Amino acid sequence: MEFFERFAIPHPSAPIYASMVAIGLTVIAIVAGLTYFKKWGYLWREWLTTVDHKRIGIMYLISALLMLFRGGVDAIMMRSQTAIPENTLLDAQHYNEVFTTHGIVMIIFMAMPFIYALMNFVVPLQIGARDVAFPRLNALSFWLFFMGAMLFNISFVIGGSPDAGWTAYFPLAGNEFSTSVGTNYYALALQIAGLGTLMSGINFIVTILKMRAPGITLMKMPMFTWSALTANVIVVFAFPVLTVALIMMTMDRLFGTHFFATTNGGMDMLWANLFWVWGHPEVYILILPAFGVYSEVISTFARRNLYGYKSMVASMVGISFLSFLVWTHHFFTMGQGALTNSIFSVTTMAIAIPTGIKIFNWLFTMWKGKIEFTVPMLYAVGFIPIFTIGGVTGVMLAMASADYQYHNTMFLVAHFHYTIIPGVVFAMIAGLTYWWPKMFGFMLNERIGKWAFWFIAISFNVTFFPMFFTGLDGQARRMYTYSEATGFGPLNMLSFIGALGLAVGFALIAYNVYYSTRYASRNISADPWDARTLEWATQSPVPAYNFAITPQANSSEAFWDAKKKGHELFKGEVQKIHMPSNSGVPFIMSCIFFIWGFSFVFSLWIPAILATIGIFICMAQRSFERDPGYYISVKEIKETESKLRGA
Amino acid sequence: MKIDHSLPLEYGTDQNQLNILGFWIFLGAEIMLFGTLFASYFTLVDRTGSGPSGAEIFEITPVLIETIVLLTSSFVIGLGVHAMRIGRTKAMITFYAITLLLGLTFLGVEIYEFMHYVHIGAGLQVSAFTAILLTTLGTHGAHVTFGLVWGFFIILQVRKHGITPETANKSFIFSLYWHFLDVVWIFIFSFVYLKGMM
Ligand code: HEM
Ligand SMILES: [Cu+2]
Repeated sequence: MEFFERFAIPHPSAPIYASMVAIGLTVIAIVAGLTYFKKWGYLWREWLTTVDHKRIGIMYLISALLMLFRGGVDAIMMRSQTAIPENTLLDAQHYNEVFTTHGIVMIIFMAMPFIYALMNFVVPLQIGARDVAFPRLNALSFWLFFMGAMLFNISFVIGGSPDAGWTAYFPLAGNEFSTSVGTNYYALALQIAGLGTLMSGINFIVTILKMRAPGITLMKMPMFTWSALTANVIVVFAFPVLTVALIMMTMDRLFGTHFFATTNGGMDMLWANLFWVWGHPEVYILILPAFGVYSEVISTFARRNLYGYKSMVASMVGISFLSFLVWTHHFFTMGQGALTNSIFSVTTMAIAIPTGIKIFNWLFTMWKGKIEFTVPMLYAVGFIPIFTIGGVTGVMLAMASADYQYHNTMFLVAHFHYTIIPGVVFAMIAGLTYWWPKMFGFMLNERIGKWAFWFIAISFNVTFFPMFFTGLDGQARRMYTYSEATGFGPLNMLSFIGALGLAVGFALIAYNVYYSTRYASRNISADPWDARTLEWATQSPVPAYNFAITPQANSSEAFWDAKKKGHELFKGEVQKIHMPSNSGVPFIMSCIFFIWGFSFVFSLWIPAILATIGIFICMAQRSFERDPGYYISVKEIKETESKLRGA
Repeated sequence: MKIDHSLPLEYGTDQNQLNILGFWIFLGAEIMLFGTLFASYFTLVDRTGSGPSGAEIFEITPVLIETIVLLTSSFVIGLGVHAMRIGRTKAMITFYAITLLLGLTFLGVEIYEFMHYVHIGAGLQVSAFTAILLTTLGTHGAHVTFGLVWGFFIILQVRKHGITPETANKSFIFSLYWHFLDVVWIFIFSFVYLKGMM
């Protein structure tokens, strides 16, 4: 019995028990459904073992949407609690857990897989490649991310959620103040997902550098591919820092070391520094691909080529470089000298310059364009003014001395939501809508999509704009309640109403997926938006081999040139195509990683050792395996092509 | 599989080139990993709490043995790659085997060193300094250990299949890894031990 006690949650409550039941029932329903419809084989063959970048992209997408839902529920809980003064819906402990998991889920398990969903699906197509450089490693990346996400998500029903904030500052995150296993979950789930991300980073850099179709020089790459390249370079340099920081955190918590603990020489600020040396670049890992999406969408729907291609590239490279030089701005108030603070103030403000250049380039692209307000374009156009507010408040925060007023208030919360939601979330919905027909062969309904956009755009401002005021008035972030005398009540109520509106907007998107899946016409062309880049030159949905004949490009908009200027994309004859074979090992290995993480969380050393051995066996298997892949014959390709073209 | 014979075998196919570039980028990430450890080490080096400082615990003899052994192994694996390029399977395997034996010696001495530290009261949990010292050394040591197993697998494969584009590629990548560990060690030797003993 004593053994099992450790798995109990320290602060149980009715909603948590309800979630346990709901999770149990869902798992049973999924297992029963798969068995009843005899879909296990299909699931295994087509998805769990796939190495196809398009399918992996779609799995990332589904995971991201699920996590958006989970993070959204957290958000609604927080806004409900703070809607009125001295509310007792959630107690302090529960509130701490909710804002912690909200932050991590949204950044690591929603935004990250969302950008990797689009990158996986789009980048190989945009550069005319068959797949990524290491398809099997790509599958491993996905499954590691997925298992990391699962590990993190079971925390609230087994053992307790992390509750020290998504930044997990020490000494709060140390054993003394975080007594449950929650922070162990944080360390291990992020570690596992982070390893997956690092591998993706390497994979995409190699893919983009080495696998471009003839004619696509670096400066002729579509802008989304450029943004993916810069973001992945940041990944490769930033994530190892997180790896090390998390190892130290794990050792402090499980093995009694003194890295960050404040006794025996430990230094809590070392954690804060390491965290943000990763964390600030991380926010740019998220925003750069979003910028890439906007570049594609804006030039497609303004019917003009992107203004200032070179300055776009230069500013992204500049941002990725600067993103490593600003981390201290997250703790101006924590005791560095004035000189250090000033230097980091300046570097931080400098980031606004390349960002501003990009904003103007988008505006100039639209200038005199024939703008067509499709759903993706609405998000792109909405993004520009809203994100600018985020950027301007960022520069306000960057003034170190002024930050003493703003820091850790709702003003900060408003700032980063004003950057991340119009920046990343809008872009992801825009990208999703834009590339949806390529992924699934039908379009999302425009009418419902526009309703969703207006709900989201307006509610977003209703939710977050009031926080600038409450923040300036001194409402601290991460406080589970406030007294009536503070006068924060009405504006918080407004935020709550906005949050409900956002929920309606996202529900509309979900409904749109359902509605369009049922009713949308399958009879669409391969290029429904009249777009410009190579991914639209192949069939929809895209066949396994991507392009029957490798395309030849002459510019960053080769497909547009093919349509309008008579450029010949596909020269030569169809030849047999080499494909990588499927493998179940990435999935199995990631399952073992899950067990490994779980065992560490609860300090179960025997399973931890067994899982470690299991991981090494999977690696050994890979080392000794000879995988020649297989070929798709010319006949098969021709049949597929004529079938897709006919449809 | 198309093999380009104008290039060394390990670069001969498209996939081989991708693998090598990918591994270089991975080494970039590894540099960040060890860079972070070094940065943390410099931050915590004087924070010895109630425990000993570096000067009190470092001993020159095991460190010198480790250094010499590892540097030699890096040289030997270079010979191994050379043998591979001129197609001498036997010589290659021999050089790779010597490399691994030297690596094993390194590891043995390092384990001895660790036990010594624990014995004289400089264990992992004593202070921030001992924690970062042993973690930095341990991360390097774990890489060496991993390399020993990996290298052994590669020898087995070369024995079985001979020098093919695939095995050549793997062996070459392994040699990159091994040289990298050597470079890291040089930094550890200079900035941890020498600086600590001065
Ligand atoms: C012009 C560009 C930007 C500037 C000058 C800027 C500046 C800042 C500063 C100074 C802080 C720390 C404030 C404090 O803690 O008191 C901050 C926090 C934050 N920023 Fe930005 N920022 C910019 C853009 C972005 C973007 C594009 C994103 C994300 C996509 C972002 C996400 C965040 C997040 C998540 C935090 C808060 C993290 C936390 O403490 O939990 N920022 N920003
Ligand atoms: Cu920042």
